[in-house]
Amino acid sequence: MKPVSKVYTALVLLFLFAPIIILLVFSFNESKSLSVFSGFSLYWYRELFRDTETLKAVRNTLLLAVSSSLIATVMGTAAAVGIHRLRNRYLRLALDTVTDIPMINPDIITGISLMLMFVFVGRLFGAATSLNFFTMLIAHVTFSLPYVILQVLPKLQQMDKALPEAAMDLGCTPLRAFLKVEIPEILPGIVTGLIMAFTLSLDDFVISYFTAGNGFQTLPIRIYNMTKKTVTPKMYALATIIFFVILALLLISNLSDEETAGSVKAAKEKKKAKKA
Amino acid sequence: MKKITALLLAAVLLCAVLLTGCGSSKTLTLNVYNWGEYISDGSEDSFDTIREFEKWYEETYGEKIHVNYDTYASNEDMYNKLSTGAVSYDVIIPSDYMIARMAAEDMLVPLNFDNIPNYQYIDESFRGLYYDPDNLYSVPYTYGVVGVIYNAKVVDEADAGDWDLLWNSKYAGNILQFNNSRDAFATAQYKLGLDVNSTDAANWDAALAELKTQAPLVKSYVMDEIYNMMESGEAAVGAYYAGDYFTMLDNQSDSVDLQFYYPERTNYFVDAMCIPKACQNQKLAEIFINYMLSEEPAIANAEYIYYASPNTLVYESEEYAEDLGEETMEILYPEMEDFSALYNEYAYRNLDQATLDYLNQLWEELKIS
Repeated sequence: MKPVSKVYTALVLLFLFAPIIILLVFSFNESKSLSVFSGFSLYWYRELFRDTETLKAVRNTLLLAVSSSLIATVMGTAAAVGIHRLRNRYLRLALDTVTDIPMINPDIITGISLMLMFVFVGRLFGAATSLNFFTMLIAHVTFSLPYVILQVLPKLQQMDKALPEAAMDLGCTPLRAFLKVEIPEILPGIVTGLIMAFTLSLDDFVISYFTAGNGFQTLPIRIYNMTKKTVTPKMYALATIIFFVILALLLISNLSDEETAGSVKAAKEKKKAKKA
Repeated sequence: MKKITALLLAAVLLCAVLLTGCGSSKTLTLNVYNWGEYISDGSEDSFDTIREFEKWYEETYGEKIHVNYDTYASNEDMYNKLSTGAVSYDVIIPSDYMIARMAAEDMLVPLNFDNIPNYQYIDESFRGLYYDPDNLYSVPYTYGVVGVIYNAKVVDEADAGDWDLLWNSKYAGNILQFNNSRDAFATAQYKLGLDVNSTDAANWDAALAELKTQAPLVKSYVMDEIYNMMESGEAAVGAYYAGDYFTMLDNQSDSVDLQFYYPERTNYFVDAMCIPKACQNQKLAEIFINYMLSEEPAIANAEYIYYASPNTLVYESEEYAEDLGEETMEILYPEMEDFSALYNEYAYRNLDQATLDYLNQLWEELKIS
């Protein structure tokens, strides 16, 4: 690399990571101050693990992220397979566009419209309160679904159409062909979709804010609500932990991607060797 | 890949177990909606109000109770959530002007004070305030007064006094002003001796002119940023609530010496506990409010929040006064001849829409200039 491009890269990395580094450093600060680092301490981490309400919010956030991303992945994969098999080109285009709308729609519009719908339906059935865990789950599945479809559909298009046909030719039932041949082919897309849905749900604030019900607040909402007084450094501690968990997840997913890519390559080479 | 899927599935199962673990037994539920960081929650070895209430209730009434404790960031957020009917809470703690609005819109339930005997400890001067003149809907929780904070290492003590310090050209580039139209205009109005709840355009124009003369001296218009800027010595003069001054004092760097005083005319707020119309169990809500007024929780909350308490059990308590120290007590509870008269004269009230629009228009004008 030229020196200029080195400096440029360093600058970009600095701007990307400086905020996180500052947060990380001050989470170990002894005092509450953001301007003076008075000494290393794990005090705020201890405080964090004693704060039952915040831990409850963390649990809510994880529960929501895991369940909504799993549901969205199953539904999204099924939808992608369905869209892929459509013969009518115009219908396929139309469906593609429709599934993209929630992704492009501003969060605030999605949030408000979902809230209004939940309240409307709730009133229709005479419920005293209309928002709860399940409405939030529906909201999260709704906004992460298009991202899963977007990840899975290209993998289906890349796949050789002859593969499932060959499998069925050799005696597989269509279901077996799908499970044994198609799924492994598109698995990297499914996993990426799952991880995306998970992280999207984890950091969503706007939509959660409008659809949160009694007794079920997620972490971003709880942190936002602390602004009447100042946010305490135990939140820096929590953010540091979350950062490292996400980093670990990312590493695992990237490594496993490489592994599958590697195994596919190895299989191809084996084939070549056999032919020869 | 399989491993990851298996792990995720295991995680879901675990979560499901955790979730059902707390919802299965038959218990009473109380939904409380409060500002974030506005209750003593057990952190830093403080009193865990919600858990203690649950324990106390079970011991006293022999029934299990679970408190769903949620938080909001502003009065408006809380109002929006409640008014759509999307959620329902049993106890809320809004600020004065919001109580007036909710009472006018028939969103609050008149309290049954037979269930709140501890109301007797609320000081006389906190009754009959403008937002609830007949003491029907609310029980005061905290109150606060806006004052001026300055760094004594930069500011000459002789210059401190009234609102003039925020307009003193000696400290140009060191002054902070509110980044919020209502608060910023109020500083000018108090300085000029004008009514902050006026509907007269000339009043607001005069305030704007005053703010424009101040603008060249202002370092920046801030809200929460004031904490760090004052603590680090980046700025030397700013106005904020007395309770928040102590937070800054705790965190000030060694080169800074923060001081505080009250101008003659200034803003007051009261946050009070109310029961919204959608409440599912009014008696339970009243028992909770009564508990919040009893000695131990009231003192713990006042110490945690650092705002002044209208509860005589708190500010007459020797233990509390000792914990806070003499200086803090003097600032937090300034001698006031008649709180309710001052409050009713100077505190913000709801402005009508036309005045609000005009205010925002003037605010834009100030920000552009």
